[in-house]
Amino acid sequence: MSRLARLGLTGDELAELEAQLKDIIEAVGKLSQADISQVDPTTQVGGLSNAMRDDVVVPGLSAEQALANAPTTEAGLLRVPAIQ
Amino acid sequence: MSAPWEPVIGLEVHAQLLTKSKMFCGCRAQYLGLPPNSNTCPVCLGLPGTLPVMNSRAVEFTIRTALALNCRIPEFTKFDRKNYFYPDLPKGYQISQYDLPLSVDGWLEFEVGDRSVRAGITRVHLEEDAGTLHHAGEIHTSPFSLVDLNRAGVPLMEIVGEPDLRAPEEAPAYLAALRQTLMYLGVNDGNMEEGSLRCDANISLRRPGATALGAKVEVKNMNSFRSIQRALEYECKRQADLLDSGQTVAQETRGWSDLEQVTVSQRSKEEAQEYRYFPEPDLPPLLVSRDQVEELRRGLPELPQAKRLRLREQYGISADQARIIAEQAGDADYYEQVVAAGAGPAAAANWQVQNLQALCNAARVRVGECKVPAVALAELVKLVEADRVSGSVAKEVLAEAFASGANLIDLVVRRGLTQVSDSGELMKMVEQALMGNQKAAADYKAGNDRALGSLVGAVMALSQGKANPKVVNQLLRERLPRP
Amino acid sequence: MSLLEEPIAELGRRLRRREVSAVELAQAALGAIHADDERLGAFLRTTEESALAQAEAADRRLREEPDGGGPLLGIPVAYKDVLCTKGVETTAASRILAGFIPPYSATSVRRLEEAGAVGLGKLNCDEFAMGSSNENSAYQPTRNPFDVGRVPGGSSGGSAVAVAARFACATLGSDTGGSIRLPASFCGVVGVKPSYGRVSRYGLIAFASSLDQVGPLTKTVEDAALVLQVIAGRDERDSTTSPAPVGDLRELLAAGVAGMRLGVPREYLDMKLDPGVRAIYETAAAGLEEAGATLVPVSLPSTEYALAAYYVIAPAEVSSNLARMDGVRFGPGFAAATDLTQAYEEARHRGFGDEVRRRIALGTYVLSSGYYDAYYLRAQKVRTLVAQDFERVFQEVDAIISPTAPTPAFALGERVGNPLAMYATDILTLPANLAGISGVSVPAGFADGLPVGLQVLGPYLGEATCFRVAAAVEERADVWRVLPALGGSG
Repeated sequence: MSRLARLGLTGDELAELEAQLKDIIEAVGKLSQADISQVDPTTQVGGLSNAMRDDVVVPGLSAEQALANAPTTEAGLLRVPAIQ
Repeated sequence: MSAPWEPVIGLEVHAQLLTKSKMFCGCRAQYLGLPPNSNTCPVCLGLPGTLPVMNSRAVEFTIRTALALNCRIPEFTKFDRKNYFYPDLPKGYQISQYDLPLSVDGWLEFEVGDRSVRAGITRVHLEEDAGTLHHAGEIHTSPFSLVDLNRAGVPLMEIVGEPDLRAPEEAPAYLAALRQTLMYLGVNDGNMEEGSLRCDANISLRRPGATALGAKVEVKNMNSFRSIQRALEYECKRQADLLDSGQTVAQETRGWSDLEQVTVSQRSKEEAQEYRYFPEPDLPPLLVSRDQVEELRRGLPELPQAKRLRLREQYGISADQARIIAEQAGDADYYEQVVAAGAGPAAAANWQVQNLQALCNAARVRVGECKVPAVALAELVKLVEADRVSGSVAKEVLAEAFASGANLIDLVVRRGLTQVSDSGELMKMVEQALMGNQKAAADYKAGNDRALGSLVGAVMALSQGKANPKVVNQLLRERLPRP
Repeated sequence: MSLLEEPIAELGRRLRRREVSAVELAQAALGAIHADDERLGAFLRTTEESALAQAEAADRRLREEPDGGGPLLGIPVAYKDVLCTKGVETTAASRILAGFIPPYSATSVRRLEEAGAVGLGKLNCDEFAMGSSNENSAYQPTRNPFDVGRVPGGSSGGSAVAVAARFACATLGSDTGGSIRLPASFCGVVGVKPSYGRVSRYGLIAFASSLDQVGPLTKTVEDAALVLQVIAGRDERDSTTSPAPVGDLRELLAAGVAGMRLGVPREYLDMKLDPGVRAIYETAAAGLEEAGATLVPVSLPSTEYALAAYYVIAPAEVSSNLARMDGVRFGPGFAAATDLTQAYEEARHRGFGDEVRRRIALGTYVLSSGYYDAYYLRAQKVRTLVAQDFERVFQEVDAIISPTAPTPAFALGERVGNPLAMYATDILTLPANLAGISGVSVPAGFADGLPVGLQVLGPYLGEATCFRVAAAVEERADVWRVLPALGGSG
């Protein structure tokens, strides 16, 4: 999970997290007792649908503004280590 | 000699939609040529706290496409998040559709040589494009990548085909038919080089007649019709060689190298299958009413196959001509305008297919968008049909008008190339010539055939060369009957 | 008496009578923050310059049209640091967003600014709003002004403390499982969790998108209604906002509760409650009965599963929402990394605190293939059961009353090492988030010198009803003017 979530945890951190997650997962295991045979899942509340916008172009940010918060840039592009 | 293997091929096509704005924000969907990262906003940059708002035209375009591909449009559809880390994916997830796409269960019919093939369409769904990555130098050795997010969030339609193709050459044929349909619908520009239309393939081999599928290899990085066919041919051979020598085919993703003409195993992405899809909480679902679907269906244009058939039946042109004329809807419209303006259907087809099309191909423009208006071509065709302009002269004039955009008929007139075939007009000149050449007339009447030649010459001189000599000849014979 | 002890409507009258200027109010607020916030830690940063500029602009508007402008013109407010503020650093109390300066403001912030409110700065909270004690801030703890040895509650702890300590007349917080109501209860202020979709989430740094709502914290119920009135309503930037008209949220404030039917959920009161909390709740309930309401015992049987459903759904959304914190476009980034995965891991390892890591890992787990159906899908179905409980009960009653939290504020450090105990703090508040209904916590009394809130839950878009009941509680409890001593065993 740590790898999948790119958390970069160290050995000790992993061990501690694993123990805590075990407790939490056991606790949320209570879900298995609920009778859910008659219900659909709820992914959103409020009952909205078809919230759309018209296909209209609106001005966004300049390249300078877009990169203003970026830690490493080069020639107007965001720089990241190579993909191995 | 190896036993025969049957390839089982399915294509996944991604098509950028020709909307004005991006899928979930107001940035431009047309990003080519813009300075890097200048076509962005907080939403498509994935800045914290921003939210997507769906582009209604992208939804409409997808439903139109799905209907054209004979798909069913469910009444309820929703969006999901596909989670993975990649620097061209600003939010760390792509908004896509997982288990309830906008459309399912369609098919596409296309021709391979003389055969007509029908391949199933699993689904057509809507998602967002990612940004683009640049590498300093060679991709494998570059220490870093550079990210441009101008493309991030452009509406992307995914058309998943059933594994119904049975030969590498069926793949480009399928893709060409699909591309043509998308362009007819006006939802995609069909540009594979620039990547607005992209194609991946799944291929496995099995014994003919077997129902179980072999290990599936996904092939990527094919950016032309030719590379798709080459890559699939290469894969067929590679997999057959493996199987024939008793080895197994690994289920993996391979990339096509145009340079080396081989597929190369792409290091299988870790947790490749672990996208942790879940419903996108920021977007309410879409309810597509039957009325809406029927309205969109009514608004569909005539599609390529139907158009080809109708052109042949209505105008009596050949299958090849119909195929070329109907290549693009705009080309066929052009043809029908030429005919509507009075040109004969057969002559119009010949002129468009043989002459205008050649000029357009050389100049890389579409017939429907060239500088020669359909009515002008119609006038030219009519002049040729009426024998008032010779074919070779007409070709020259067409080429000039095509290049310069000059008025075709003005050119004909200005260059004095209109043949006068009107017998009333010519008869006046004949009378005038007879008056001035009474001896020649008498000689002809007396049996001297050569005398007719000098009379024709006299009429030609009077008409300043524009008289149709065939007509003049005939008029003189009528006027000077021999006993 | 400090001007900032007055309700917003009274300050509005004084501003219009020129007894005080917006600049004077802002200066008073900033002065109080300078004097006392070092001990409390409510603010992560103040924006003095823009506050004074906004106050001057408000004064100009007040001079130009003394009868114009809305009730918030010139009123000092402050924003939880999970709300983006254009040009002002916004960190969500996380290191991973250190230095992030949004080029946009949250819609709720923008609406307050357009109404002429004066923004004083950004308030501390649990990192990415994940926590119930405010101890998960990467920068500083926030202390309870009624006892600085205790937590203010979380995650909108800074927002509650800033109102309780009279630094600001109103603050905005966010409530995903109780993050407005719980600190409101612990700090003796009013806190509102609007119905899902009532207030735009645009510019609210997402914790759990299907549960998050922005809401006000104020001294009085009327103040809360005034602020919610301004920030509520459809926003074209948030597809999940309701298009339903907001209506006059103060309409029922003075109506009293006579004739109302108020549900008393058995499952909430059967829980282990602090005796002081129970006593205050019972007094308040009896008061409402005296005022003419009928108390109706009701049952919300799925309550026992709500906590588990919440701790599957919220982390699942967290794991996805926080994936954009990758060090590429904002934040401190990565220094030494030579490969991409290492870069992500470095940025995220340095950037996230323990609780955030825990929830990301948990969310990643419950969404992964093989576990999705057992956890995530099941939790969503339980969510339906929880919502159905409320729907059924609201056919019988106008609103539901309960304590906001099982206990008053607990000691700093008490629950830090025990995630499950910390999670249980929200047991009375989070069902409302799962169902998307409206809720208010209103001060109802003190237990051993610590504030205790009463929670009023109303139906979907039933904010005006919640305010009606809360106003009656407020009137009878008559504790909202009690000021914290800012002392204790801190």
